[in-house]
Amino acid sequence: MHSKILILKFSKTVAEKPIVCYLVKNHDLTFNILNAAILPQREGVMVLELTGSKKNFSEGIQYLKDMGVQVQNASQEVKRITKQCTHCGACTAVCPTGALSVIRPEMKVEFEQKKCSICELCVPACPTRAMQIRPTNTIFFE
Amino acid sequence: MKKYTINKTYQQINEKIKAGDAVVVTAEEMIGLVKDQGPVDAARHVDVVTTGTFAPMCSSGAFINFGHSAPGIKASKVWLNNVSAYAGIAAVDCYIGATEPCEDDPLNKVYPGEFSYGGGHVIQDLVAGKTIHLKAIAYGTDCYPNKKTEKKITLKTLPNAMLCNPRNAYQNYNCAINTTKKTVYTYMGALKPRMGNANYCSAGQLSPLFNDPYYRTIGLGTRIFLGGAEGYVTWNGTQHKPTAKRTRKGSPLTPAGTLFVMGDLKKMKPKWLVGVSIQGYGCSLAVGLGIPIPILNEEMAKFTSISDEDLYTHVIDYGKDYPQGKSKNYGRVSYAELKSGTIEVAGKRIPTVPLSSMVRAREIADLLKRRISAGKFLLGEPQFILPRK
Repeated sequence: MHSKILILKFSKTVAEKPIVCYLVKNHDLTFNILNAAILPQREGVMVLELTGSKKNFSEGIQYLKDMGVQVQNASQEVKRITKQCTHCGACTAVCPTGALSVIRPEMKVEFEQKKCSICELCVPACPTRAMQIRPTNTIFFE
Repeated sequence: MKKYTINKTYQQINEKIKAGDAVVVTAEEMIGLVKDQGPVDAARHVDVVTTGTFAPMCSSGAFINFGHSAPGIKASKVWLNNVSAYAGIAAVDCYIGATEPCEDDPLNKVYPGEFSYGGGHVIQDLVAGKTIHLKAIAYGTDCYPNKKTEKKITLKTLPNAMLCNPRNAYQNYNCAINTTKKTVYTYMGALKPRMGNANYCSAGQLSPLFNDPYYRTIGLGTRIFLGGAEGYVTWNGTQHKPTAKRTRKGSPLTPAGTLFVMGDLKKMKPKWLVGVSIQGYGCSLAVGLGIPIPILNEEMAKFTSISDEDLYTHVIDYGKDYPQGKSKNYGRVSYAELKSGTIEVAGKRIPTVPLSSMVRAREIADLLKRRISAGKFLLGEPQFILPRK
């Protein structure tokens, strides 16, 4: 199952069409609207989590793009600013998944992004603020 | 009859350093050397052992003279990037303390507070060459009529700036746990409930004062690595407690000796003076500090060969006891155990969390070793050594 939080931007003309309805009906996807608004110029913005098989997901995104909807990835990831990390180890106290761990005997702090659940606990726990939240830069059709 | 088989003086070792002939090893390398050769041969062979530590050291700060401008001011309150600096000194002098938070900081009102910017960060920004906004107010005098001034300062343009830390390089420190049912945010980091983790903060076998437990070579005038430049030990630090209980080898079992250190901030580097934010506690400054220890005799060789297996600390509950001024000992653990990743307390296995960077400590000991080997760093003979009573 593939799931991502997306930011959709509808232009004034597109905003009048039942696009999300067709998206889930024709492509067998489930959605959860996190935020939606019509802006003063009558253009629409919607944040939604879209879930489905990877194939359906890709086709759904293609449909949105074909309909003239601007699609942005809203997912976030935790990144370490290597230069700022002093390898003190304080973050390992709060990391629940073991993504941040101490390599022994060197006592270096390692960050395995694959294990990271993006709980963000390490962000304020890091004394030098080396852990940061950033939008993921994955492109949809790589 | 002489007390020791090997007898070297500071002068002899400095002559060797100047000639590029000094044998310098790090405190970690010394462990194996003494094990293989014995203390007498190791002392014959090795001249200097280098140590290092890099961790938040709250009792740190800098004296800053920001110079006169016309009309003159006798500053009674000073802020650097909106962080208050103590100005009750002379007209244009102030002391910026590492733990002073920014004026607008919400502190712990939104618990646990983030403490994103404070005195430690101002010091790091200064050392990094960044422009700092200075604001000063005054009541005005005949000789200094100005009542308010604001200006941009940089480390380069300041007449003087000295790092002056009243308590650094603690010889040993507590290992912290939390036996309560709630997470606590302490100066020893986040402590999860029901002994979820045990935090400690020492470089252990690389830590300066662990390698000279009775301060035989450390005192006023000892030249050290401080914040990336040369600095000096100028006194014993505050809370210096040499009478702490010790092991047979001399290492204290609880927090013991401390150092008062100084150095020219203008020569320091932002890598070795890092402003830190301790969640729920406050701001501080992580200080890089290293001390070269002269191997004057076989006893010093023995002292500097101490390893994590022989260094111990005690476990203190920072959830219940410590806030009430109690220090019930939950057990004695070695630094080897602490660094292994788990310790056992009251029959429970607890993951350990370091707060002191071994990576940076090692880097400091190596850097100091290279500088001394290259003849660029001479030993400073202390005028008197730290008090032992």
